[in-house]
Amino acid sequence: MTVHTSTEAGQPATQKAVLKHRRGSRWMHWINFPLIVIMVWSGLRIYWAEDVYAFGILDWEWFKFFPESFYESLDLNRRLARGLAFHFNFAWLFTINGLAFVIYTWRTGEWRELAPNRRSLRGSLDVLLHDLRIRKEEPPKRGRYNEAQRLTYSLVILLGALAILSGFAIFKPTQVFPLTWILGGYTSARVIHFTVTIAFMLFFVIHVLQVARAGWRNFTSMVTGYELVDIEPDDIEPDDPAGSAEPPEPTEESVYA
Amino acid sequence: MPEEPEISVEVYRQRSRRSLLTGGAAVVAGLFGWRWVQTQPETNNIPSVLRSGHELNESLWSRLFREDHQARTFDREAASILRVNGRLGLKSEIDLDNWQLTVKGPDGTELGRHELDDIKRLPYHEMTIEHKCIEGWAQITNWGGARFSDFMALYENQLPDNISHVYLETPDGRYYVSVDIQTMRHKQTLLAYDNLGEPIDELHGAPLRLATPLKYGIKQLKRIGEIQFLTEVGGDFWGERGYDWYAGL
Repeated sequence: MTVHTSTEAGQPATQKAVLKHRRGSRWMHWINFPLIVIMVWSGLRIYWAEDVYAFGILDWEWFKFFPESFYESLDLNRRLARGLAFHFNFAWLFTINGLAFVIYTWRTGEWRELAPNRRSLRGSLDVLLHDLRIRKEEPPKRGRYNEAQRLTYSLVILLGALAILSGFAIFKPTQVFPLTWILGGYTSARVIHFTVTIAFMLFFVIHVLQVARAGWRNFTSMVTGYELVDIEPDDIEPDDPAGSAEPPEPTEESVYA
Repeated sequence: MPEEPEISVEVYRQRSRRSLLTGGAAVVAGLFGWRWVQTQPETNNIPSVLRSGHELNESLWSRLFREDHQARTFDREAASILRVNGRLGLKSEIDLDNWQLTVKGPDGTELGRHELDDIKRLPYHEMTIEHKCIEGWAQITNWGGARFSDFMALYENQLPDNISHVYLETPDGRYYVSVDIQTMRHKQTLLAYDNLGEPIDELHGAPLRLATPLKYGIKQLKRIGEIQFLTEVGGDFWGERGYDWYAGL
């Protein structure tokens, strides 16, 4: 452990910076953000031309995608040709970036930090209960992320894959017919594609809220790669054993640190 | 620069500054890139770079095009009459009894004229397919008529080898499309005169229309008045108004 780093004042360091996100992950994460925004925005311009999806049971319609005011405020009306042009071109960039991310995550072994396991579902529930302040104790992290994060981040990668696959199934239903067939045909692939978009939006909202909650240090780690962490007093090997500090009382945090 | 698993706070501060500057520069570059796309000169009503993207997609997908890739077919019972979506080119009066189809070569010379019976003498084919509109809706319908490839065979001797597109227009010239020859020669591309076993009605393109599940509806011209064989891409009503020329499925 690199604990002998000292501040300029000669005092033992109380903080260090730990690599959290590799350079490749950071670039691809941030490149993905505007690409998704462009895909959703152009996708909505396409959807406007035939906006038939709604939530409801039988004849009862609870919510129609989308109210007229929604299109008007975002300038989505009568932009089908442009919507298609942006969508079919930027889809390639989105696909390439997504593929690059998956390959990178695999080759660097980063996937180990993301992969959920058998207990992740249960663990995610614990995280949810804690985040909703129903349960007090904080569930443990396994490596960099807690179980809910592992599950969500893995699912959102699958969601991206599904967006791309259903997209191509609609784009070229005859040329890539096996894909369209697997997704239940053209009309069904279209519903899937739309649902995936809504799921992305829900992820986005929760992701931003959680990042805001996790604080500035966590956020900047996606820019700098490193997260500042406090060095626990019992991690510090003193230069002078005689001056060693009392071992601290175990706190709730240190149990899970 | 390699990324160590742990660094001291001082090194971290240096790196943070650099990362924030790089990030800021990337954001500015991204915004400029976005502006550049938006303010490009337009080619047929969309920014040139997007038009080039459409063309890149076209060259990829026409290379991947396989004659034996058939669009999915359905049971006849699933078919219904399509919703009427486009009346362009159909607004003038038409005298169905005296209708004629004009055929032209690449240089514009007239190669022949046909009555509907000429088309009806070609082998009859029927297909129940899913018609797809570029607006997003799809509907299963049934078409009957002659394969375009059989029709084209009548002119094979009079045409050069390098025919690349077929141009079709309505009798009034108000609506027109050009379709690549690969698609036109495909088995599922018909000169259709029947719809669910009945003669096609006026709003669906009587007396003769193009029907192919390999293109969006915008390419399936109703009420054909003229067909011209071309050696390069020709005019296309919606292509000139911002849509993809290829529009292949």
